Amino acid sequence: MQQGKYRFVTGFLIVPVVLYAVFMIWPYMQTFGYSFTNWQGQSQEMSFVGLDNYTALFSDSVFLKALWHNVLLLVFLPVATILLALFFAYMVNVGGRGGAGGIRGVAGSGFYKILFFVPHVLSIAILAVLWRAIYRGDVAGLINGVFIKLGLSDPAHPIEWLNEPDLVLWCVAFVLLWWGVGFYLVLFSAAMQSVPKEIYEAALLDGASRTQSFFRVTLPLLWDTVQTAWVYLAILAMDCFALISVMTPGNSYGGGPDHNSEVMATYLMRNFLSFGKSGYACAMGVVILGLTLILSLVTLRISRRERIEY
Amino acid sequence: MGSTSTSNTHGEGLSRRNLIKRSAALGLIAVPTMSFLSACASSGGGNDQEKQKGEVTKDNPFGVTKGGTLDVVIFKGGFGDQYAIEWEKLYKAKYGPEISHLGTQEITGKLQPRFNAGNPPDVVDNSGAQQIKLDVLHKNGQLADLTELLEAPAPDDPSKKVKDILVPGTADKGFIGGKMHSLNYVYTVWGVWYSGKMFKDNGWEVPKTWDAFLQIMQDAKKKGIGGLAHQGKHPYYINVMIMDLIAKTGGLEAMKAIDNLEKNAFVGSEAAKQSIEAIYEIVDKGLLMPGTNSLDHIESQTAWNEGKAVFIPSGSWLENEQLKQTPEDFDMKFLPMPLLPGSKLPFEAIRAGAGEPFIVPEKAKNKAGGLEFLRLMCSKEWSTSFAQQANSLTIVQDGVDKSVQLRSGTKSAVEAVDACPVDQRFDYFYINWYSEMDESIRTASAELMAKRITPAEWLKRAQAAVDKAAKDPASANNKRQ
Repeated sequence: MQQGKYRFVTGFLIVPVVLYAVFMIWPYMQTFGYSFTNWQGQSQEMSFVGLDNYTALFSDSVFLKALWHNVLLLVFLPVATILLALFFAYMVNVGGRGGAGGIRGVAGSGFYKILFFVPHVLSIAILAVLWRAIYRGDVAGLINGVFIKLGLSDPAHPIEWLNEPDLVLWCVAFVLLWWGVGFYLVLFSAAMQSVPKEIYEAALLDGASRTQSFFRVTLPLLWDTVQTAWVYLAILAMDCFALISVMTPGNSYGGGPDHNSEVMATYLMRNFLSFGKSGYACAMGVVILGLTLILSLVTLRISRRERIEY
Repeated sequence: MGSTSTSNTHGEGLSRRNLIKRSAALGLIAVPTMSFLSACASSGGGNDQEKQKGEVTKDNPFGVTKGGTLDVVIFKGGFGDQYAIEWEKLYKAKYGPEISHLGTQEITGKLQPRFNAGNPPDVVDNSGAQQIKLDVLHKNGQLADLTELLEAPAPDDPSKKVKDILVPGTADKGFIGGKMHSLNYVYTVWGVWYSGKMFKDNGWEVPKTWDAFLQIMQDAKKKGIGGLAHQGKHPYYINVMIMDLIAKTGGLEAMKAIDNLEKNAFVGSEAAKQSIEAIYEIVDKGLLMPGTNSLDHIESQTAWNEGKAVFIPSGSWLENEQLKQTPEDFDMKFLPMPLLPGSKLPFEAIRAGAGEPFIVPEKAKNKAGGLEFLRLMCSKEWSTSFAQQANSLTIVQDGVDKSVQLRSGTKSAVEAVDACPVDQRFDYFYINWYSEMDESIRTASAELMAKRITPAEWLKRAQAAVDKAAKDPASANNKRQ
């Protein structure tokens, strides 16, 4: 009986595992191989160059700048997204007061949940085009249009949001935040709803304020979910390819102005496709993979806590 | 070579595979990196397809077989791809092959895997923002040498060769490594454009000097119109103005110094210094259309069509690209770059030459068919058909039937070409030869237009890009006289 069960399970697993190996693992292995060559991406002619690509990578100022931008996003994006999502989730689920000690969200919370989730329904491509129109650098841009109407900015010098070295990266990061909060709000809401109401009621009866019940009750009980969100957001911060390449200036795959919004993925693509430095680009791919793996493991390890049973 | 390269990983393969497996099981595998990495994966080379080759005759100089297949990929951009569909009908009538046609904007995405696998199409219009860079293709031995095509009998008059019926300079434009590798089919003019109607309404004259050019922009500014719009998100366009000004100020020598990667192409070149300072003057005096630095090509061109700016740089595809946005009475006009004092070339001098590179892949299954397709493109019938469908001239001399009606912008471009003697038409090659250098100069230009760097800094950056390109071993093969 037990034997039959295993065979049954294996039968189902074999196809996905083979597909995974062929389409995921094998390309990774190939990339690893290519990263030691001077492959140019348009034929199978190449020669082995050892670690040259890797040594070049770490003296390439543009790559280091791109890496730094990824690190900035890595610090900012998960923290901001999780904090906001947690706050909103708390407000729409248990933040409401009044009634006979009933635990519920603020007024109109059902509507807020839908509203917050809407951005996540849009595809990244639509998102990028939409926000390009919002950030557009002349009076036809939404923000500039409003600013100029209100007299906050000079029509002869509108703010070129995506062409300002100090703003561009944060403009894109804001879009990711706007996009991500809704999803994590729903995720955290689901987790919060599985927390028994009695716990909140008890906290409430003990006279806990909103802040106290959030930090003492909600957050500890949600820790597992927050941890998962953290890892996913960190991976998102390592990427950002689609938004940067569509929204920011520059000829191939954005990253401008003057590499001020460059991330590793855009620089990888430019080297891979435009400059014919595919071996070099593969080395970047391996570095990104390595960093992402380390990041995930480290995040899981340091955020490991004892599970609270309820 | 694919298998050799992957064997390099065997030493560390196992542990890594385990690591990846384990993290994959955790569901943490780096989803975003996936798409890039898997793009690297190739399916290995397979160069041993059957080649199609038939009997060679005067009428069929490459020996195309009757029947067979012909695989055509066309960049579906400003010119559309209807013209190619018309051509294919004509080709089919002559040789009767199975034709597969693909009109796309994603040239790289669709073709890179095919080049890598040794299974490319027979003819490619390799153009647009996602073109596969010609220098890269050439370095990989993927481009057929088109010398054969130049020497073949002309389609309409077998007593002439194809090279005799092309506009002068066409073959050179396709040169990479000293031989022709692309047939640049569309005769293109680059420069500055304006609205004839706006000029008339404001009583402006065609500016021939830089001062007159600035004067109009200043006048416009007073009326609340921007002076110069440019496609800021794509600094390719402002580079057209910068490079044109350098060529006209310093003469053809200044242009060749850049293409030939000379040590004083920018730093130490008086023409380059004067030119970049002149461009910077537009920025410094606040004559740019507000916000233009961050607009993409369609946004800025449309704003210009709406009368928000007087001038905009572009090539002669502009009119076709903007057909829907251009008002009925706009009266689009071409303006050669106005002159700085002491210019070596006259006002009439323009950047003109062949654009829209058509290539035949070296490993094409039906290479003969591909070459024959390019040869027939040089016939009067095909050239006229192109002019009708795409509203543009081709590089076939007198190749367009007089009955074809051109629009005002194209017409004014044709007049500008006629007004310019052949030896004063110029054209840069570095864009095709050195992709990375081109990219660096564009980035520097965007910074200059945003007033974040000075002209001196721009010169330094441009020279650094040139010096870097000069170190590329492939650069030894690219020299112009």
